[in-house]
Amino acid sequence: MSQIVIASGLGSGRVVFLAKGSKTGAVAWGGLIEVSEVAADDARAAELLAIAEADAATQNEVVEPYLIDVEDKGGQLRPTKYREVIRCLGPTVREDLGKQAEGTSA
Amino acid sequence: MYRYDEHDHALVQDRVTQFRRQVERRMAGEISEEQFRPLRLMNGLYLQLHAYMLRVAIPYGTLDSRQMRKLAYIARRYDKGYGHFTTRQNIQYNWPKLEETPDILAELAEVEMHAIQTSGNCIRNVTSDQYAGAAKNEIEDPRIWCEIARQWSTLHPEFSFLPRKFKIAITGCDNDRAAVKVHDIGMIMKRDASGEVGFEVIVGGGLGRTPFVGKTIREFLPKEHFLSYLEAVLRVYNQLGRRDNKYKARIKVTLHETGKEEFARLVEEEWMEIKDSTLKLPKEEVDRIAKHFEPPAFRAVPEVAPTTDARAASDAGFASWLRHNIFEHKTQGYSIANISVKPMGEAPGDATAEQMDVMADLADEFSFSELRVTHSQNVVLPHVEREALPALYDKLVEAGLATANLGLLSDIICCPGLDYCALANARSIPIAMKIAERFTPAKQEEIGDLQVKISGCINACGHHHVGHIGILGVDRKGEEHYQVQLGGSATEEAALGKILGRGFSADEVVEVVDKIIATYLDIREDGEEFIETFRRVGQTPFKERVYGTA
Repeated sequence: MSQIVIASGLGSGRVVFLAKGSKTGAVAWGGLIEVSEVAADDARAAELLAIAEADAATQNEVVEPYLIDVEDKGGQLRPTKYREVIRCLGPTVREDLGKQAEGTSA
Repeated sequence: MYRYDEHDHALVQDRVTQFRRQVERRMAGEISEEQFRPLRLMNGLYLQLHAYMLRVAIPYGTLDSRQMRKLAYIARRYDKGYGHFTTRQNIQYNWPKLEETPDILAELAEVEMHAIQTSGNCIRNVTSDQYAGAAKNEIEDPRIWCEIARQWSTLHPEFSFLPRKFKIAITGCDNDRAAVKVHDIGMIMKRDASGEVGFEVIVGGGLGRTPFVGKTIREFLPKEHFLSYLEAVLRVYNQLGRRDNKYKARIKVTLHETGKEEFARLVEEEWMEIKDSTLKLPKEEVDRIAKHFEPPAFRAVPEVAPTTDARAASDAGFASWLRHNIFEHKTQGYSIANISVKPMGEAPGDATAEQMDVMADLADEFSFSELRVTHSQNVVLPHVEREALPALYDKLVEAGLATANLGLLSDIICCPGLDYCALANARSIPIAMKIAERFTPAKQEEIGDLQVKISGCINACGHHHVGHIGILGVDRKGEEHYQVQLGGSATEEAALGKILGRGFSADEVVEVVDKIIATYLDIREDGEEFIETFRRVGQTPFKERVYGTA
């Protein structure tokens, strides 16, 4: 199962994704799931999580990074668990709020 | 209403200054997230699924129009234009930014509000009967004692790091609207044989993963010993409460494992040591607090209300609102008016900034500027002249706040669930909305009093254990799933519901509720409410209809 790293922005609390090309000392976070660096196996996923945790501990940009399972659905990355789908979109009862309201999709 | 003195003002202002500096240090990286987390939680700031969430205390659910307007302003200025009234009579904002939170707290401090004691293992915001000071059968206004408890518990050095959070509820009526029997400590005001007013003390109630109805450990506590007895209970709990396992750390488990008699004996033993100490309440101090809760300047008005009666005779919508949302007041010619925050198609307890402003305006116009928030996630105008009810109703209709469903099926208690909450396993709001939409107002009226309560996880913020129909969201192999239980009650006849059987998918659960209600309508006797029918017949007929077997 493919995995990506998800976290919350320290100042905003909003959901952010560890972006492609991130490495220790040069980490980027984006607000769209599409920017995510995707780990194809557990070893790579562990590497990405370590990079994210080190960044969270030192750069004061994000908090609580963790891995989530994703799949490719019609060319788009999508979390496999509904909890993470809701995190990536916004409240299902308020489609005017969250990332779904910003025209982004999970 | 209680008004802050210089000590209250200083304490809240100091906390704002302190938290502002803590946020600055966190943003600058001077303290880690691990160090900062308990500090933000002590100021009611959680990190949820989509954003931070700020929980603001509304002490014992009482606020005035000025405070409600400030809540509206904060929703508009710092959040997404709405707030969520909770089952603990508080309000939550779902989208604040960390760096703006100190400004929000400063705004709140301007109107004598804060977010202290809304999180952490301390004594939380004390809750009470939303009709306190207005209810016809009230012995005394319980908010006097809630306020005394608030002052005693705020930043209490001995009880700021308890084994687990601690919730106290106090009511001044026999009929319990504050769910006191499912709190860590519940207190019911009562009279002894001589007519003296005091408290029945109930300990060890609670919901969550291990629900218990509390047990009475003292039948009658004289008022002067209110604080010393609370302190004794807390001291025993602080000593015995388990700190090795958070799931067994609440006082309900302590009481259960210790045994009621032994726990009560330990409390009495501790109490004997301190009952005549400085904790013994001088009458003049109680009187000083009580002055804040003196009734407003009610007009002498007749009991009859011809305009209201005439309108009820000619307007079915108004008559329905009168029947369900209006309660008897202790003062002649006055009523208690409930504003349902459960309109069709909306999340239970969510109110927009505009609606909050309207409620504040209506409080000024009709209710001596007073409002209450209920644990059922509604709002109350406690003192409305009966003859003014048609005018109030018309303005509520205009604001979309005149839903006539208090106590009916669509008056559902519901936690934020997985739409917002990081702890939730399943969504609860969409289930509440679907159930409400399934039954027309006429059908709901036919069904009568029925309390549906929905939680998105076992922490039970939606009080599902004490719903006539309780629904619990669980995660089953990565799918949202719902357990249904029947027969719970949060009243003076408190009872925990019993699980009906295997759970259901989100698509099935509304159909199941429909079958349960159809069963009730088939078998109820004349005038029998749902809970009475359940108590008479038990689960069997409901199980047969739902599962096709006994």
